Amino acid sequence: MNGNYWSWERFSEAFPYVLEGLTTTVAVTISTFIFAMIFGFVWLFLRRIPLRPVNWTVTWIMEFIRSTPPIIQLFFMYLAWPVVPYVGVTLSPFACAVIGLGVHFSTYIGEIYRSGIESVGKGQWEASTALNLSLLDKWRHIILPQAIPPTIPMLGNYFIILFKEVPITATISVQGILYMANTFGSQNWAYIEALTIVGLILLVLSYPSAVLIRKLEVKMNTRFDKNAVIKKINKGVTS
Amino acid sequence: MAEPIVRYQDVHKSFGDVEVLKGIDLDIYPAEKVAIIGPSGSGKTTIIRMLMTLEEPTSGDIIVDGTNLWKMEKNGGLVEANEKHLRSVRGDIGMVFQHFNLFPHMTILENCMTAPIRVKGEDKQEVEEHSIQMLERVGLGDKIHNYPSQLSGGQKQRVAMARALVMRPKIMLFDEVTSALDPELVGEVLEVIRDIAKNDDMAMVLVTHEMDFALDIADKVLFLDEGVIAEQGTAADVIEHSQNERLQEFLSRFRG
Amino acid sequence: MNPITDIAPQLIRGLGTTVTILIASAIFSYVMAFIAGLCRLSKNIFLRKFTGLYIEIFRGTSLIVQLFWLYYAIPILFDINLPSNWIIGVIAIGLNYGAYLSEVVRGSILSIAPGQSEAATALNMSSFQRMRFVIFPQAIRMMMPEFGNYTIQMLKGTALVSLIGLRDVFYYGDIMRSTNLAHAPLIYVVVLVFYFILALPLIFLTRKAESIAKKGVAN
Repeated sequence: MNGNYWSWERFSEAFPYVLEGLTTTVAVTISTFIFAMIFGFVWLFLRRIPLRPVNWTVTWIMEFIRSTPPIIQLFFMYLAWPVVPYVGVTLSPFACAVIGLGVHFSTYIGEIYRSGIESVGKGQWEASTALNLSLLDKWRHIILPQAIPPTIPMLGNYFIILFKEVPITATISVQGILYMANTFGSQNWAYIEALTIVGLILLVLSYPSAVLIRKLEVKMNTRFDKNAVIKKINKGVTS
Repeated sequence: MAEPIVRYQDVHKSFGDVEVLKGIDLDIYPAEKVAIIGPSGSGKTTIIRMLMTLEEPTSGDIIVDGTNLWKMEKNGGLVEANEKHLRSVRGDIGMVFQHFNLFPHMTILENCMTAPIRVKGEDKQEVEEHSIQMLERVGLGDKIHNYPSQLSGGQKQRVAMARALVMRPKIMLFDEVTSALDPELVGEVLEVIRDIAKNDDMAMVLVTHEMDFALDIADKVLFLDEGVIAEQGTAADVIEHSQNERLQEFLSRFRG
Repeated sequence: MNPITDIAPQLIRGLGTTVTILIASAIFSYVMAFIAGLCRLSKNIFLRKFTGLYIEIFRGTSLIVQLFWLYYAIPILFDINLPSNWIIGVIAIGLNYGAYLSEVVRGSILSIAPGQSEAATALNMSSFQRMRFVIFPQAIRMMMPEFGNYTIQMLKGTALVSLIGLRDVFYYGDIMRSTNLAHAPLIYVVVLVFYFILALPLIFLTRKAESIAKKGVAN
């Protein structure tokens, strides 16, 4: 590359600057994930309501949230929510990011929960009925201990996907790594250096985690009955 | 006697540290029916898989119709065979598998027709007639447009045999072809093999646990034990005159 | 403000950009997926490592970062002034999802039982013929649902191209919002509905592909 367009000097100047945004990026990722994990239960319970119209409506609402761009959902939270009649309030960019991305990802997380429960074979339910277990005991001792472990690698995958998705919150001025890179880039005309740093940070953090989760997945697959196929749902989520 | 069509010369095979075959010498003559019996894990299947080029010997030679299967001449010396060489030799060999291995995305007829057309470049019309003929021969003339998933295990295995026959092999290999079948379906498959053995002049090698059947149709029986051919001869020789204790013990398990 | 008479006509102006970017980047990503997926299965170690690098870089970072990076880098690297950033959007989305889909291609091919390849060998097929007539037709069926899912993800990804100055559906929606702040919620909802309508055929195709993949493969 031509020296004018790439300078290691600018690169090393940009590095600490961009890195300052990492705390925010990680904080948004963790908060959003916790929000999504809690909200995922809402979908799970709503979908278990044994009424066809309710089930149908909930399914399509989830489908709607899942198949439309999260960046527009973020803009909605940031710019439109404050003027929504009665309930609208102005939220900080951080809160918008957590709610906007959190709701989007909760639709995936809800499906993961569901697949976990469905992975417990019918025979297990019948056996616990045959043993005359109470509803609570059935869930606590039989169903959940089997349903939760296979979901862990899937949740891990989505945590990484979310982490890589969080940079879009720069567009609603959440001051994470991408926001910092854009700021540095515009002040010093060093976009390529600054953006390369963002890429490196994402790669360095996401790649080892992905490898770890792949290992975990293999371990889980050998531990649990292979016939209890965990339904693979949309693997990649992107704006 | 004629020249052997297949000759194994001191063939060894190891998987990792485990030596499964410890020096196999074996001649198979044209039209000869050979049964390989022996306890599981003795390497029976590996013998025929090496002939089908699915497994490469660790050392030794396999000569098919005068040509070394796994080695080819290059610049005056012998080097490891490439795919082109393997294809030129294995064209005369066909195989039927324990788990059928039919192509699930093709109809029964397409399963039979694909290779003769694509591999041997035969005329489509003729291949179709020949395929239907073979499918009728195995008793599935009414199923030619069905998919494998619509058939029973015995029917699948009969299709697999028709598919191999359409290629007109000189040597047919049968790898425990009845082991994956429900007991009541074994008979129909054995009937087809018996028919082939009686009416076709190809050499056949059967790896099998169907002891009575094997002894009935085989010209030559091999008892494989711990990686070597422990006994060989006609069925009568092997059963009645063998002094091999392991063989007697093995046989006694099949005839209570 | 009426969503059908006032908002929709404005958004339709961006439909061409959104749809052409989706189609072009989808085709590009499919091509990349097959090239990279097969390279990953190649015997050539250099080819395998090189493709692996491409895949890990694009899967390990974000589409938005790749989009911005290419937006600044492509004109410099190739010393050109692009008349439009359309091609940059297509390249970024195509390369990103090509990387994800190449793993789908690879996984599907590897999932075909070894017995299939063995049977093809026993019928004396060449390695190309085994791939062409036996492995590939089965693997394709298994890939289709994931290709559908990822195409929906690509549609969502196209909304990012407004950030590099392309006038897509989101761009026109956002322009309207900036001059009609009080109607912002309605405008964005209509924008989202637009994207959802575009996604619907993809959703149905994906479900269809799922049901086909589920039945067609048992031996």
